[in-house]
Amino acid sequence: MSKLTPEIEKLREARRAARRRRPARAVRICTTGCRALGALEVHAAFERELAAAGLTDKVALLKTGCQGICAGAPVIGVDPEGILYLGAKPEDVPEIVRTTLVGGAVVERLCFQGRQGPIPKRVDIPFFAVQKPLVLARCGRIDPTSIESALADGSYEMLERALTGMEPEAVIAEITASGLRGRGGAGFPTGRKWSATRAAPGELKYLICNADEGDPGAFMDRAVVEGDPHAVLEGLLIAAHAIGARQGYVYVRAEYPIAIEHLKLAIAQAREHGLLGDNILGTGMAFDVKIKAGAGAFVCGEETALLASIEGKRGQPRTRPPFPAQSGLWGKPTCINNVETLANIAPILRMGGAVYAGLGTPTSKGTKIFALAGKVKYTGLVEVPIGITMNQLVNDIGGGVPAGSAFKAAQMGGPSGGCVPARYLDMPIDYETVKEVGAIMGSGGLIILDGATCMVDLARYFMDFCAKESCGKCPPCRIGTTRMLEILTRICAGEGKPEDIARLEELGGQVKKNSLCGLGQTAPNPVLTTIRHFRSEYEAHVNERRCPAAVCRRLIGFKILPEKCICCGRCAKACPVPCIAGKIGKAPARATEQDRENGKVGEPFAIQSALCIKCGACFDICPVAAIEKK
Amino acid sequence: MQNDSAVESSFDLAPVAEIVASHAPFSEGDIIGALQDVQDRYGYLARPVVDELARLSGLPVAKFYGVATFYAQFHLKPHGKHTVRVCRGTACHVRGSPKIMDAVVRRLGIEDGATTPDRLFSLETVACLGTCFLSPVMLVDSRYFGNLTPDQAVKVLDNMGAKRAGQGTTHQEGTPTCPS
Ligand SMILES: Cc1cc2nc3c(=O)[nH]c(=O)nc-3n(C[C@H](O)[C@H](O)[C@H](O)COP(=O)(O)O)c2cc1C
Ligand code: SF4
Ligand code: SF4
Ligand code: SF4
Ligand code: FES
Ligand code: FES
Repeated sequence: MSKLTPEIEKLREARRAARRRRPARAVRICTTGCRALGALEVHAAFERELAAAGLTDKVALLKTGCQGICAGAPVIGVDPEGILYLGAKPEDVPEIVRTTLVGGAVVERLCFQGRQGPIPKRVDIPFFAVQKPLVLARCGRIDPTSIESALADGSYEMLERALTGMEPEAVIAEITASGLRGRGGAGFPTGRKWSATRAAPGELKYLICNADEGDPGAFMDRAVVEGDPHAVLEGLLIAAHAIGARQGYVYVRAEYPIAIEHLKLAIAQAREHGLLGDNILGTGMAFDVKIKAGAGAFVCGEETALLASIEGKRGQPRTRPPFPAQSGLWGKPTCINNVETLANIAPILRMGGAVYAGLGTPTSKGTKIFALAGKVKYTGLVEVPIGITMNQLVNDIGGGVPAGSAFKAAQMGGPSGGCVPARYLDMPIDYETVKEVGAIMGSGGLIILDGATCMVDLARYFMDFCAKESCGKCPPCRIGTTRMLEILTRICAGEGKPEDIARLEELGGQVKKNSLCGLGQTAPNPVLTTIRHFRSEYEAHVNERRCPAAVCRRLIGFKILPEKCICCGRCAKACPVPCIAGKIGKAPARATEQDRENGKVGEPFAIQSALCIKCGACFDICPVAAIEKK
Repeated sequence: MQNDSAVESSFDLAPVAEIVASHAPFSEGDIIGALQDVQDRYGYLARPVVDELARLSGLPVAKFYGVATFYAQFHLKPHGKHTVRVCRGTACHVRGSPKIMDAVVRRLGIEDGATTPDRLFSLETVACLGTCFLSPVMLVDSRYFGNLTPDQAVKVLDNMGAKRAGQGTTHQEGTPTCPS
């Protein structure tokens, strides 16, 4: 254990200086995820308008990471008032500058629209009410490309504390006391993993941050790495101190270019500040971090496949034991932790393991980030104490499913998980309870489904995913997933056989039992849980050749109801085949005598069903719902 | 169009040496990174380039191909000028990505994994772009398009095609907005 070093003093001075410079008047624009809806253009508009108003020096304009309520992209925070503007376009920016930054008033139409009207302030928005941001505390507030911005908000304070006041064992004890379990899916206690790696014999030990985030529908790790990369580095450094690791890797999936860019910058800045290298902060600790970009293989999120990938091999898993803690990267003791797990470390040291353990449930402690996506009004990232109910997540925070539909189920845990049906709305979400209903908490991806989702199609979709991503090493997974996919494809095409459902259950059991790695061991879960909770939908497909949700193309047809058709012709224009004909004009029922004389009466449109490819374009575009799908 | 192998035989292989040098001391753990660098530089993993990579690194060429054929990111065939990636992730799937894919396939006239004959576009699907909150999502080169409708997806491609033909239409700068 070291004492205060001159280098630490220097870092503290840098932090104090950064705090003094911290602006009160700031506009924060999420330019990471919100880029997909024009955030960079909005940022450029702010630059122009602030300059035009002579405010460039008075208002700090920050590019931040995710601010949570991503449905409102691009999300803009205005401080010190704490106003949140959602969905602004570049052309709205002059008004924001004029009204809010100059005039001190609120642009109501760009605010969160609550039941009783606009809610300007972030703290008052129900989406944020139950949240407890520990991991996401800085995300969306700081400029992730500036270490000063992170330092001002407390980055690396806990590293200082660990290096100056805590023996490695004390750090591990604190993490063990916190009850933290791995956030990458399996939920293994982090303290135990660390002490096993620390205890393993050998001078050279590796530490790996798993930022592969392959589960489709999960985006929390992306947000943390993009929005607060120093949180990941601080977690890695504290972990390295605890287990005695000398070299670290962050394995980031190639599909996250912004994350890689921000992480590269953060590593360079950390090195400049003496936070990486041979003599970290003058304490004699040696640790460095390299980025390894994945190359598009889901299975590489699995820890032994990830190791193979870093070693430059095909990313195929191997049997455990030996566990990576004993023999990992290049045969050396290796600890692998998920991004969110590592980002929890500094907050735990800050609040103390015991206080952290007071959050959550007796077996699942602390907070968890959930990614809300799918058929939910406010998609985004929420960090809540574990044990919150599905109802709170979906309805109180997420604002429920969009008008006109009903919550049907939540898909949790991606291709390894399952579907939790609506009747479990009051179920607390923790590792154990979710498992009981056949799903897993997994990485925290939560895809909300409504009546327009066909559960058989969804099961087929996941099986297709697993069959494609299976690395092919072991036959139960390679062949089993292909067979299951064939059966599901046949059921969705209306060619299911009476014995197919039982066959799926049997095959699913075998694949689970005999596969080598987690991919195969969990691949049947989406099928088995949908059979368990939605068996009648399977039966409708198999026995009645009917898709109750009207999704499976071979089982549906489109028909125009002539009495409803207003002869607008939009469907015919949208049809790619084309196979819709009619005459544009006034609807016969509403035509006047004069219309008739002038030949302005239309003819209801009709579909030639033999040619129809069932793309649904007509159905989506019809302004009066005159097209029937069933 | 020129024959691929004719084009490949005229490749300048000097950058391969730079790539190998940047990974020095080159070991097996650098294979993926070096292949990524090569693909960035040449657009795809052309045979003579990979051979040169193996020769300079002193590792068997089979190791390079073993890796190149395992990971979805690598292409062994020439790639289009623009890469269109349609997300097939769960959140996108339940919010209509199959329709986006249909529309894109029809517009480009190619299937998943293929390149248009004029080498302007390559079409890929991707497991998830981490932009699920704005699903369905498509990535064209490094530009994300969220909350897409099939119409908007086609429009994005139209605009990029029009730009190439020099018809004066600029690359669409405004992004599609949420239709709901
Ligand atoms: C098929 C498969 C994919 C996985 N993908 C990821 C992933 O993308 N990110 C992750 O952190 N863990 C993933 N895991 C879990 C890892 O194997 C490992 O348990 C985790 O990274 C350990 O970190 P933790 O203890 O901090 O959770 C995956 C596991 C399997 C079987
Ligand atoms: S279970 Fe599937 S992914 Fe895992 S090793 Fe076997 S074949 Fe590969
Ligand atoms: S579903 Fe598609 S192909 Fe069929 S009629 Fe409608 S638009 Fe045409
Ligand atoms: S879009 Fe609807 S109303 Fe218009 S012609 Fe087609 S079916 Fe009739
Ligand atoms: S608020 Fe922009 S990505 Fe979440
Ligand atoms: S599911 Fe499409 S971006 Fe994640």
